[in-house]
Amino acid sequence: MNLSKYLKVYTKFLHTSLASELEYKTNILVDLITAILSLIGSIFLLSIFFQNNGYIGGWKFEQALIIQGIYTILNGITNTWFNPNLTEIVKHIREGTLDFVLLKPIDSQFFISLKKINPSGILEIILGFFLLFFCIRINQVNLNFSFLSLSFITISCSICILYSLWFFISTTTIWFVKTWNAIEVLRSFLYIGRFPLNSFSFSLRIFFSIFIPIAFITTIPSEVFLGLSQLWKILLEVFVAIVFLITSRKFWLFALKSYSSASS
Amino acid sequence: MLEYRVEIALWAISGIIPFFMLNIWTNNNLNESINISNIMLSRYFLCAFFVRQFSVVWVVFSFEEDCLMGKISPYLIQPLNPFFRYFAQHLAEQITRFPFALIIAFFFFIFNPESIWIPNSGILILSIVSTFLSFLIQFLIQSIVACLCFWTEKASSIERLLFIPTLFLSGLLAPVVSFPAYVKSWIYLTPFPYLIDFPANLLSGNKTNISGGLSMQILWIFLLFPLFKKIWSEGTKKYTAMGS
Repeated sequence: MNLSKYLKVYTKFLHTSLASELEYKTNILVDLITAILSLIGSIFLLSIFFQNNGYIGGWKFEQALIIQGIYTILNGITNTWFNPNLTEIVKHIREGTLDFVLLKPIDSQFFISLKKINPSGILEIILGFFLLFFCIRINQVNLNFSFLSLSFITISCSICILYSLWFFISTTTIWFVKTWNAIEVLRSFLYIGRFPLNSFSFSLRIFFSIFIPIAFITTIPSEVFLGLSQLWKILLEVFVAIVFLITSRKFWLFALKSYSSASS
Repeated sequence: MLEYRVEIALWAISGIIPFFMLNIWTNNNLNESINISNIMLSRYFLCAFFVRQFSVVWVVFSFEEDCLMGKISPYLIQPLNPFFRYFAQHLAEQITRFPFALIIAFFFFIFNPESIWIPNSGILILSIVSTFLSFLIQFLIQSIVACLCFWTEKASSIERLLFIPTLFLSGLLAPVVSFPAYVKSWIYLTPFPYLIDFPANLLSGNKTNISGGLSMQILWIFLLFPLFKKIWSEGTKKYTAMGS
């Protein structure tokens, strides 16, 4: 009964935000062109990196394309859900409208994370899937049950980690009020997810696996595609994802205690 | 501007992508194919970071917000073009950003002591000039895009579209010399390599055509400025105050 209530509310969210976003139709077209150009640009950049000897960090060009594909999908998800919603938190807090969210008889995290949707990100997700299918063909990936389930698990864990990172940073708004720039920092770090982790120096690799687990987000799912991943890495990713989800939830509830409404 | 110290520090940190790129370049010995030593490459990326810090432009986002909120109306009555207001804001923030950029450069030199160098004063002045010209080009391009607000309301998505070629072709992620020949043949005719690659090469002491680069920058400014004037006068005629 509870779940069906949330589902019902979510379909309403979808309906209203799609209706308002589709007002700007040319905008969606421009965003689609942006997504395509940005994919072309990053493949172009990759091809420059592979000019020298065809390997970076032990990855071949065709293999590195898988990372691009996964990155594009995750970026699409970020643009569809995380970015429009979580930047809204900043506005809620600055203008004091978070009060109205907290008064609603529904979980505040649910409301705040899923209220809006940006349809142009979906095009990017589709683009990413196209690239992935192309990669599956050129890398001759075996499509069997274990591969499909493992890649599904790892990509969902990546999404959870990504969501928690975004949510975590947006939550800090409760204390710092303006976090646009912190989001900008997160964005620039996430940019690293376009490249195989092994292509960085040892110290950066440690940094990107412990402090900001960007390594987990794209590299491990790509290794699953290539059949290179060890079981412990996948288990570790699941563990990290769970830890991140729980801490971000706890952090939100903790932050709400310090919330003092603004200007109302 | 000093009110927002933390924000500006974060801004400075968010510009560190060139260093990650440098890490990929040196860690995989990618410089072998383009005949640039590791030290010169690290100087290049440090300079690219600096040039980027002092040529970032966000006028379209401020203008869009002001336009949608109807704040532009009072500005329009004033005898000064409102873009001067944004221009002054940008300059003020660049000055505030300077110490943070220096701190990041300091850390960079701690990790890469061999790449310390001191450019001679002539080169330093020329590269400051060319960085400022690069800022002007970007400011003009974005102002032109911002004027599209008068027609479409959401000009920032056009700016995001334009940002993609700027990101990949300006030399922020890879120096233009490393680009394949089929791109190099036409890229020097576009404004992109003069935004970051040219000033960064100049400052870091890499090989570059100084007079050619500077004259291309000035040429682009002379091309863009009349365009901006035109679109501004057309746009203000079209303007209908919103939200007020």
